[in-house]
Amino acid sequence: MTFTPALVGYYEPWWIQIIKAIVIFAVALSLVPMVLIAERKLLGRFQGRYGPNRVGPFGMMQPLADIIKLLTKEQFRPRTSVGFLFALAPTISILTAVAAFALIPFGDVQNIFGTPVGLYGIDVSIGPLYLFSMSAIAFYGIMLGGWSSGSKYSFLGAMRGAAQLISYEVSQALALVGVIITAQTLSLTGIVRAQDGMWYIIPQFFGFLVFLVASFAETNRTPFDVTEADAELVAGYNTEFGGGRFASYYFAEYLNVLVVSGIVTTVFLGGWLLPFGINPPGWVDPIVVLAKMALITFLFIWIRATLPRLRYDQIMSLGWKVLLPLATLNAMVSAVLVVVTH
Amino acid sequence: MAGAGLDVKVWSPGEDVIEVQRAPEPGAARGAFRAFFETLRGLMTTFGRIPEGPVTIQYPEEKVPVYPRFRGRHKLHRFEDTGLEKCVGCSLCAAACPADCIRVVAAENTPENKVSAGERYAAVYEINLSRCIFCGYCELACPFDAITMGHDYELSDYDRSDLIFTKEMLLAEPIERTPLRREGE
Repeated sequence: MTFTPALVGYYEPWWIQIIKAIVIFAVALSLVPMVLIAERKLLGRFQGRYGPNRVGPFGMMQPLADIIKLLTKEQFRPRTSVGFLFALAPTISILTAVAAFALIPFGDVQNIFGTPVGLYGIDVSIGPLYLFSMSAIAFYGIMLGGWSSGSKYSFLGAMRGAAQLISYEVSQALALVGVIITAQTLSLTGIVRAQDGMWYIIPQFFGFLVFLVASFAETNRTPFDVTEADAELVAGYNTEFGGGRFASYYFAEYLNVLVVSGIVTTVFLGGWLLPFGINPPGWVDPIVVLAKMALITFLFIWIRATLPRLRYDQIMSLGWKVLLPLATLNAMVSAVLVVVTH
Repeated sequence: MAGAGLDVKVWSPGEDVIEVQRAPEPGAARGAFRAFFETLRGLMTTFGRIPEGPVTIQYPEEKVPVYPRFRGRHKLHRFEDTGLEKCVGCSLCAAACPADCIRVVAAENTPENKVSAGERYAAVYEINLSRCIFCGYCELACPFDAITMGHDYELSDYDRSDLIFTKEMLLAEPIERTPLRREGE
C-alpha cells in the first residue's frame, strides 16, 4: 500500500476564486429562501393544512416578505447584553455556514469557455476536517449569542446547544472515518470519484445512519431541538435577538441544513454521479447534486413533522451510549475490511 | 414518648387498587428494532397526510355552512301580505333577555299611521349586539314570531356604538353572507 499525498485542486487563478466566492454566496442566498418556503409548505401538508398561501402565487413570496419584515425592524438589544459580542455572534454563525457551504462539490472540473473550473468553492485536501472545524466555530456563534444576550433563557439554551453540539460532533466525525478509510482520501471530490460504481450508502449504511442522526443534532433540528424548547427556554440562544440579527441566525440555521444535506449527498449518495452507468454531460452535475440535496432536505422536514423533541438526558445518552459506540464500531470494521480486501 | 408509644399509621392504598401491567423492558435488539422501525412507522403516518390533502377552510373566501337553527344576528319580520310589522311592542323579548340588551319603547298605532298589526307598535327597538349572548330567549318569548335569530355571525365593527342595531337595521333584508347547510351536509 502506497501513500500518495492528497491532490489539492488549487490550480485555479485568483479571479476564478473570487468569482466562485460570489457564486457561492449567490447560491446560498437563493437556496435558503427555497428551503424556508419548502419547509413551511411541507409542514403544512404533513399536518393537513396549506401552509403560507397568501403572499404571491402559492405563497411563494413568503420568505421574501419575512426577510423584508425582519430587516426593516428596529435593532434593539437588552440593557444587560454585551454589545460587541451581541452584534458579532450572528455573523459568526452565518460566516461559518457559508464557509462550510463552499466545500460542497456541485460537479467535477468543467471546461467553461476554455478555462477548467471546478464546480465547488474549494477542494481542500482536509475536506471533512475543514467541515468539522467550521461547525466547531459555528458553536461560538450560538454560545456567544446566548451568553452576550445577558438573559438566562438565552444562556441556558446556549449551554444546552453547546453540550449537544460537542457530544454529537464526535459521532459525526467518527461516522465519516469509515468513509474516509474506504475512499482513502480526505478530499470531497476524491470521495465522490471513489464512489463510482457503488455509493457509500450501501457499504457504509450504519455510518450513514449515525451521520444523519448526528447531523440532526448538529443542526439543532427536531428531534434534537432542545436549544429552542419553547416551553422551557422561550426560544433558546436567540431569545433576545430580533430583526436582522435574528434573520442572520435563521439564515445560518437553514444554510446548515443545506450544508449537511450537501455533505450527505457528497459522502454517501455519490455526489454528482448517477447510478446504472449513466454518464450525462457536465452541466447536469449541479442539477443531480441539487436533486439529491433536496431529497435529504425533504427528509429533514419530514422528520421535523414526525418526531417529538427528546428529553435532554435522552439526547445525551443517545449521543454517548448509542451513536458513539456505533460510529467507533463502524470505523473499526471498515478499517479491518479495507485491510483484508487489499 | 419516643418511638414505641407512637401509633404510626401506614397509609394503605385499599382494596380497589389495580396494579399497572407493564410490558417487559425491551432488550438491546428489540430496543433497536423499536427505535428504527417504529420511527419508520411514524414517518409513514405523517407522510400519509400528504395525499389526503389539507382540510383547512380558507375562511374569508370559504365559509363553513351553518345549520338551519344556528343562532346568529336577529331579524325583525313584517307580514308578507300587508307589509305591517309583526312586532307589537310588548317588550316580552326585553323581559326574557338575560343580558338585558334589548330596548323597546312602544307607541299607539293610529289609523293614519298604522305600523304594526296590533294596537301598539315598537317606536324604538334596539338590540345592543355587543351585549347579546345569542341565547335565543327573545325568539322564544315573542308571541308573534316577530323576532328570530338569523344566520349572520360576522358582526365585528370598529366602534361599539355601531353594534347597537336599530329597528330599521333589524327589519332590513339582511345580506346573506353565510351559507346555509343543506339537508344531510
